[in-house]
Amino acid sequence: MSTETLAPPRVHHPPEEDLRALALRHGLSVSGARPSLPEYTRQLWSRRHFITAFATARLTAQYSQARLGQIWQVMTPLLNAAVYYFIFGVLMNTRAGVPDFVPFLVTGVFIWTFTASSITAGTRAISGNLGLVRALHFPRASLPVSLALQQLQQLAFSLCALVLILFCFGVTPGWSWLLAVPALFLQSLFNTGVSLVLARLAARTPDIAQLMPFLLRTWMYASGVMWSVEHVLANNHLPHAVLLALECNPAAVYIDLVRFALIDSFTAAQLPPHVWAVATGWALVAAVGGFIWFWQAEETYGRG
Amino acid sequence: MADTRSGQRVPTVVADGVHVTYTVQGAGRAGRGGATAALGRILSRTRTAPGTRTVHAVKGVSFAAYKGEAIGLIGSNGSGKSTLLKAVAGLLPTSEGRIYTHGQPSLLGVNAALMGDLTGERNVILGGLAMGMSREEIRERYQDIVDFSGINEKGDFISLPMRTYSSGMGARLRFSIAAAKSHDVLLIDEALATGDARFQQRSRERISRLREEAGTVFLVSHSNSTIRQTCDRAIWLEAGRLLADGPAGEVVDAYEAHTRKK
Repeated sequence: MSTETLAPPRVHHPPEEDLRALALRHGLSVSGARPSLPEYTRQLWSRRHFITAFATARLTAQYSQARLGQIWQVMTPLLNAAVYYFIFGVLMNTRAGVPDFVPFLVTGVFIWTFTASSITAGTRAISGNLGLVRALHFPRASLPVSLALQQLQQLAFSLCALVLILFCFGVTPGWSWLLAVPALFLQSLFNTGVSLVLARLAARTPDIAQLMPFLLRTWMYASGVMWSVEHVLANNHLPHAVLLALECNPAAVYIDLVRFALIDSFTAAQLPPHVWAVATGWALVAAVGGFIWFWQAEETYGRG
Repeated sequence: MADTRSGQRVPTVVADGVHVTYTVQGAGRAGRGGATAALGRILSRTRTAPGTRTVHAVKGVSFAAYKGEAIGLIGSNGSGKSTLLKAVAGLLPTSEGRIYTHGQPSLLGVNAALMGDLTGERNVILGGLAMGMSREEIRERYQDIVDFSGINEKGDFISLPMRTYSSGMGARLRFSIAAAKSHDVLLIDEALATGDARFQQRSRERISRLREEAGTVFLVSHSNSTIRQTCDRAIWLEAGRLLADGPAGEVVDAYEAHTRKK
């Protein structure tokens, strides 16, 4: 291109060394700088209406083209439960030794799906919304938090289906059901934290999204979603430490806590020791650690 | 013209020797394989991984923009206009040099937050929230936004999903949502090319009103007449370098002479 030879008509900006002084004299701030952690938290809080509106919008947009519309919100988890019942309850018969197998299985599947889909959504929170990240200014943590909230809303529909199934299989509601509330709250915190971590990882390396299904499936099979870890692995002569590790992994902890809350035949003896402390620990470590770690790369999201 | 106004001029955007580079993923990369291939790529990942390329889009641009100015950015495709705009908005980091701004410049790019499956009504709310407006502000300005867009002139379209809109209607609603918020610095990328003649006229009026609200407007456009009519100052970028910066008429003349010569 021969642009160098062209005489510009009239370039009239001050010499470069003056610009910085000019900017500072008028109190301008550097564009695109990362805010401090308290300031960032405050900004995120001020965007809470956007976070909830974005989550609800995504949820309603999901099935808006389907004939049955929002009925799919309840149908999808029910169909999922039916498939798992067919494979693990009828074909493979892992029900042996588990009383109330259907409530046990369905609770496991729904609670696991909450974590799995939150993490999958978190993986694509930044990389799947680059248009938004590159066009508008907002604390980027809004996206993973909003997508985690969308999954929580989705869980509310699943829980309606779950209550329906529990009634059908003769589980009676009791005061212990209230224990599901703190368990699900801690699980939401945990999910959001892990989503934040994966959102940052996948923003840098989009390939993570390709790996997640495999990692999640491995995690699911190790967490006793379709069978009781105790019953199936007890006669494999595994060391006690391995069993304990399997039972203390966050997914298993939250699943078993909700089972304990909802199903009478699932007793406290089946829970690992100090289960509420473990559940709270996982939630706090994931949420606080994930939030800080996500914030540390705030200004780099959407680059490239 | 801002230059001839009495009193001290207040800068709103100062770009000081700005360079912007970014890396492009997937340039010349073999197709995305299965899990093992992905693992291999992640494990072998180095700083300059094969399949990524660095693009030096803006090379040492300096200028100062003042309150009340409307600045047109011109240049051929790929000259770095949009990249510079995104850097001013703080959405792309500068690799060298700095951009100082008064307040938070906003890109007129609310469309990224809107969802085709939702009604126009819900998109107005979602878009407003995405730009950082409060629910009360949106409620106050809701009717203005709908009226300005002219969406409801031919029936109750605002309660239909946005995917059913014609491209012109969609563009009008997007511009109306984006222009509803008062910005210190507003950055517009090719927004005025859409809509019919009447809407373009209204858009120009809205832009001059935004300028009167003591703001600065940056406008990227390939329409030289739009730049002449809307802007008082123009910056000409070519291959990432600033070629000219001056009164819109003069710079556009020089740019037109240059494009004719090629």
